[in-house]
Amino acid sequence: MATLEIRDLHVTVDTENGVKEILRGVDLTVKAGETHAIMGPNGSGKSTLAYSIAGHPKYTVTQGTVTLDGQDVLAMKVDQRARAGIFLAMQYPIEVPGVTVSNFLRTAKTAIDGEAPKLRLWVKQMKAAMAELRMDPDFADRNVNEGFSGGEKKRHEILQMELLHPKMAILDETDSGLDVDALKIVSEGVNRVAAGGEVGVLLITHYTRILRYIKPDFVHVFIDGRIVEEGGSELADRLEDEGYDRFLKVEA
Amino acid sequence: MTGAQETAPQSPMTQRPGAKAHTDSGAAFVPDQSRAERLTSYDVADFPVPGGREEDWRFTPVDRLAGLFQVEPTDESRLTFEVSAPQGVEIGDAKAGDPVFGSVMRPADRASAAAWAGAEKATLVTIPNEVELSESVRITITGDRGSGQRPPRVNGHLIVDVGRFAKATVVLTHKGSAECATNVELRVGDGADLTFVTVQEWDDDAIHLAQNDALVGRDAKLKHVTVTLGGEIVRVCTNVRYSGPGGYANAIGVYFADAGQHQEHRLFVDHETPSCVSNVEYKGALQGDSAHTVWIGDVLIRATAEGTSTYELNRNLILTDGARADSVPNLEIETGEIIGAGHASATGRFDDEQLFYLESRGIPQDEARRLVVRGFFADIVNRIGVPEVQEHLMGAIDAELSLSIGPASV
Repeated sequence: MATLEIRDLHVTVDTENGVKEILRGVDLTVKAGETHAIMGPNGSGKSTLAYSIAGHPKYTVTQGTVTLDGQDVLAMKVDQRARAGIFLAMQYPIEVPGVTVSNFLRTAKTAIDGEAPKLRLWVKQMKAAMAELRMDPDFADRNVNEGFSGGEKKRHEILQMELLHPKMAILDETDSGLDVDALKIVSEGVNRVAAGGEVGVLLITHYTRILRYIKPDFVHVFIDGRIVEEGGSELADRLEDEGYDRFLKVEA
Repeated sequence: MTGAQETAPQSPMTQRPGAKAHTDSGAAFVPDQSRAERLTSYDVADFPVPGGREEDWRFTPVDRLAGLFQVEPTDESRLTFEVSAPQGVEIGDAKAGDPVFGSVMRPADRASAAAWAGAEKATLVTIPNEVELSESVRITITGDRGSGQRPPRVNGHLIVDVGRFAKATVVLTHKGSAECATNVELRVGDGADLTFVTVQEWDDDAIHLAQNDALVGRDAKLKHVTVTLGGEIVRVCTNVRYSGPGGYANAIGVYFADAGQHQEHRLFVDHETPSCVSNVEYKGALQGDSAHTVWIGDVLIRATAEGTSTYELNRNLILTDGARADSVPNLEIETGEIIGAGHASATGRFDDEQLFYLESRGIPQDEARRLVVRGFFADIVNRIGVPEVQEHLMGAIDAELSLSIGPASV
């Protein structure tokens, strides 16, 4: 069973005003079958955590470790991390002009599995997964994220997660910008993946709304680059009532 | 409309629409105030040898073009000229004095005028009225360097005359090695539909200066496609005019420059006739030291051209350090009564966010780059509409990419 371990993670980013430390010692363990919610106000470093795990070149790890089943994730290139089983559903998925969704998905699947999927089976899988996410079949012929609505982009991210079978799925504010219907569809997708018990889910969110549809096993409150409080799903309920003021005052 | 469009020139003649008092000598260079003022002439002596400061030569390495600025005969012994045409097409020759000869073309620079003088006759491809071709006409020019000190001199003159309501695809391919200057006249009859593809797939030592002039008839459609992959210096000037309202011209192009290559594409759409449409879209990639591309997109909407709709776009993707892309769109509008006029130009490197997105899905960086470049070209390539050209082109792009990125893994 896969385990993602983050120990004392410090991350900086280069800004116009010099180097800025965003993560200041994050400790977190996510095991397969668990769903963790990371909640925090804007600017607390939640997305930085997600992108640092995935290996975005903008972020520099200055201290700490990230391992997946004991393997040093930080030593891997971006594509190697994905092949090791890490998946990041992005808050703002990127447009890739001229590359169709079907070509993109097949290329990614081939890269992850190390061999091309059997064509007939793959097309069937893709169609079934798209139908579950209520995506129109002609979606496969469109260019990746080009002209997609906010909801379509997020469904496309969940589609990739379902087809690529990661060990650890990190969802960066997948709920932002979704109406209730789209939120339900996306949440169903996450729940399908989590229900298998073989994937660890790290759900990063600003709002508690998505937690009505996805029940986290653990909730972590993220303030100023580190986790300041941890609990079960009841912590999310409390945050819904009180907001983050309690933590921000403590920090101030 | 001026006389030269309707009748063949009987003697060398000079045309300067709206010419004002200024000279075109390199020494006393004064830029044209309007694209309409650019000199055209059938007489090579009317064009001074370019020195490199002239508006239309300022990006071009003219010091390597001395040969093509002089009138010289074609070296027939080292030239292969192949034509394959489906039934219904007439292939023949045209000479000065024939009505179709020079009915579209107006040489606009010294190289074109020199080629005009150097070619004794033109190859004439006639698609008779109302004939619709199911297969494309293919013309291939291959220069053979052989053991020569210099590549063979080639003067080309091709006339494609598409009759009323006829429909045709013509693919002109240039291969091998040559110092080549070509003039292409495309006459698209009323209601006709022509796809013309010019492919420059020369060896590394070839020099090619081309002028393609098109005259688009009433309610006619022209798709002009330029594909430039090879050669040391390739410069293709494409000029489009309309002979009646309702004409549609779509000029698209793809180019890929490697180290040491100069690829230049100059477009001029002259909207003089009302209610015509033009769309110009060129995309290029560059890799390697001193790879240089130039794209000039001139559009002139004259006062008479009410109801014009025009758009032009150029995008360049610079894959390595040391390459340079120049891109200059120019739009001159002399009437406000138009449907629309716009242009866009952008030159950039790989988008790191695109690469991160693809890599974060397990796709190795080389493969991600290849996907991005193929995607960059895809929307233009897919619009060529000639499957064998499209497939060949994507294969050629892959081969080019393998130089800077490495061979495709799948």
